[in-house]
Amino acid sequence: MQLGGTAMIAQKLEITAFRFLIRLNMQSGVKKNLRNVGAKSARNLTELKRGEHGVLERIDLPEEDARRLMEMGFLPGHTITPAHAAPGGDPRVFRVDGSEVALRRETAIRMILRSASASEQKTPPEH
Amino acid sequence: MSDCHDCSAGTTLVAAPPLVKQRIVAIIGPPNSGKSTLFNRLTGLRQKVANFPGVTVEHRMGRVKLDPGREVFVVDLPGVYSLTPRTEDERVTHDVLLGKMKDLPRPEAILLILDSTNLSRHLVLAAPVLSLGLPTLVILNMADDLARRGGGADALELAEQLGTPVALVSASKGTGVEKVFQFLEGATAAPRRPPRVELPVIQNVPQCRAWAAKVGNQSKYHAPAPPIWTRRLDRIFLHPLVGPLVFALVVIGVFQTIFSGAKPIMDAMQVAIDRSGHWIGSMIPNAALSSLVEKGIWAGVGSVIVFLPQILLLFLFIGALEDSGYLARAAVIADRTMASIGLQGKSFIPLLSAYACAVPAIMATRTIENKRDRIATILIAPFMTCSARLPVYLLMIAAFVPERRLLGFFLGTRTAAMLGLYILGFVAAIATARLLKSTVLKSKRSSFILEMPPYRWPTLSSLGLRLIDRSKIFLRRAGTWILGVAIVIWALTQLPLSNGNPSANIANSYAGKIGHAIEPAIRPLGFNWKIGIGLITSLAARETIVSTLGTIYGVEGEGGEHSAGLQQALRNDLTPGGAFALLVFFAFALQCMSTVAVVRRETGGWKWPAVQFAYMTTLAYVCAFAANRLLS
Repeated sequence: MQLGGTAMIAQKLEITAFRFLIRLNMQSGVKKNLRNVGAKSARNLTELKRGEHGVLERIDLPEEDARRLMEMGFLPGHTITPAHAAPGGDPRVFRVDGSEVALRRETAIRMILRSASASEQKTPPEH
Repeated sequence: MSDCHDCSAGTTLVAAPPLVKQRIVAIIGPPNSGKSTLFNRLTGLRQKVANFPGVTVEHRMGRVKLDPGREVFVVDLPGVYSLTPRTEDERVTHDVLLGKMKDLPRPEAILLILDSTNLSRHLVLAAPVLSLGLPTLVILNMADDLARRGGGADALELAEQLGTPVALVSASKGTGVEKVFQFLEGATAAPRRPPRVELPVIQNVPQCRAWAAKVGNQSKYHAPAPPIWTRRLDRIFLHPLVGPLVFALVVIGVFQTIFSGAKPIMDAMQVAIDRSGHWIGSMIPNAALSSLVEKGIWAGVGSVIVFLPQILLLFLFIGALEDSGYLARAAVIADRTMASIGLQGKSFIPLLSAYACAVPAIMATRTIENKRDRIATILIAPFMTCSARLPVYLLMIAAFVPERRLLGFFLGTRTAAMLGLYILGFVAAIATARLLKSTVLKSKRSSFILEMPPYRWPTLSSLGLRLIDRSKIFLRRAGTWILGVAIVIWALTQLPLSNGNPSANIANSYAGKIGHAIEPAIRPLGFNWKIGIGLITSLAARETIVSTLGTIYGVEGEGGEHSAGLQQALRNDLTPGGAFALLVFFAFALQCMSTVAVVRRETGGWKWPAVQFAYMTTLAYVCAFAANRLLS
């Protein structure tokens, strides 16, 4: 019992720490975004045209979804390229970090890209 | 296991505890890393599917034969991207690796399998796994693919960096698998050095990813060129016009092959079963025993076994589509349509499987993370026309629908009737899904996040193992449930004995009495007491009604002959309204104990199976009543 209790506390601590990290990440993202873009609103994944690519800035989704997306390669700083889509353009497949992942429009619209000037900077190569 | 004749056979194994307990090695890896292929390669036929107590996650256990007569058990865990216990799959993996799973000792070692063509991302999983401190072999799978696409990984260098052995392997071709065996031989002995690159904070994904990139760079990992063939094929399969066309062709092709392709095999099996039954019956001198064996057991079980080729053919297709990677594309194409009834693309795969059998379909809903979507998919899956309904449909249509041409050569009346029944089930499923998703299972549109695996050739061995698995399950059911029901039905139709002889008239037998007892309840549907007996026996499994009716009418008349005689008997006994009502009843009712059992297991309680059973039975009764009224 004792052991189980400590393990649970440790796990809760881990989760709290993780939540904190996510929040930090998002806040810094928001700040950067405000600094860089100013008047122009940030682009999201759905605005990427075929042949274009963009660099992910942040994910405006609940923690659970955001974490799953991050595990599949959608991390801030990674280059994302749109690929094929189902008829009607939704869901669409995106290439990121060596994988191809299909996302619905409502998910992609919450994934904000770095502004054009920022994405000119050096980005990790797409595999 | 107990005879420990090789413990003293030298090497470092002396340090290991005596082999009283099972030695367990866990296979873990992200989805699409080739875990199952490696598992099949290691264990072959020495494997079984099992469930952990209290959870719905299935796992496979297998024995690996090692060199000097020793063996080790490997457990194939669900594919995960991390060990954070959030989804049920992740929790099971986490618990097994920490030894918290009941009835399963903590694994002694880990085989961590990663896709070498996407190593930087897959290495992320190495951080939490290595921090467990168990002896671990990192397997870089699909090494052949990596080399062909111009990438490269230095196993020795990576082993240096990670402080644990690394093997480049192609599980599908079998190259490098000997290194896995070598590791298993000495798994308990190999001590681990601390990794050279310090492990990151496990909960932090960006940090883990950065760690993986660093390890990859320092071990001179070259990412391969993009998979050319996958991109070429996606240009076709995900083309805005050609894609849906291919999708439709695949679905139609699957059905076409199952129905026309399996027919000759099924006909041949039917003939073989009938003839062998006659032969065996004639070998037994005792009349009662001969009747039990031939008409009870042989005909009863045989009428179900006939469907084995068809079911296997469907599983062959679904297996090939899944292993090749096409099914993920099909889910993308189907997502929009599924969303319109409140579900999502991942529900498509289970619902397609449900046309073969609802049981594996319900197990396949595990890929749906959203709990409400998953339950909705489980609840509508049994409306899909499963292969157990086919014998009933075929019999009734053959008996009541005259064959005429409807649209020239394309469509006969019988095919149209069959098609209509498929559509009926489909419409009921859609209506139910909408009802559920707008009431009890209401949720905001769930997310659909699905990784597209590269296209691969399905391997014969993994397809073969799937089919063997399915045959075993099917035959076990035929050998237990259906055999039992066949014997009970036969006995009920023969007893009580009058003057030492079986009941001459089935109306006086126990079966007749039960049928008469429920007749008032089913009379409004246009069914007589004989159909009533059939309905009761079909509660175990739908197809049983065919053999039951065969037995009942066989006993009453003299022939006992299956098709033509039974059809004639039904025509004499049922009005067209009653026949139509029976078809509608079978389209909607949940007459399948296996489905109820699997729904209970997958939803973790009796609530959903009870709701489902009550809903489907009520719907079946009401619609059958309406159908009977409509035609009479």
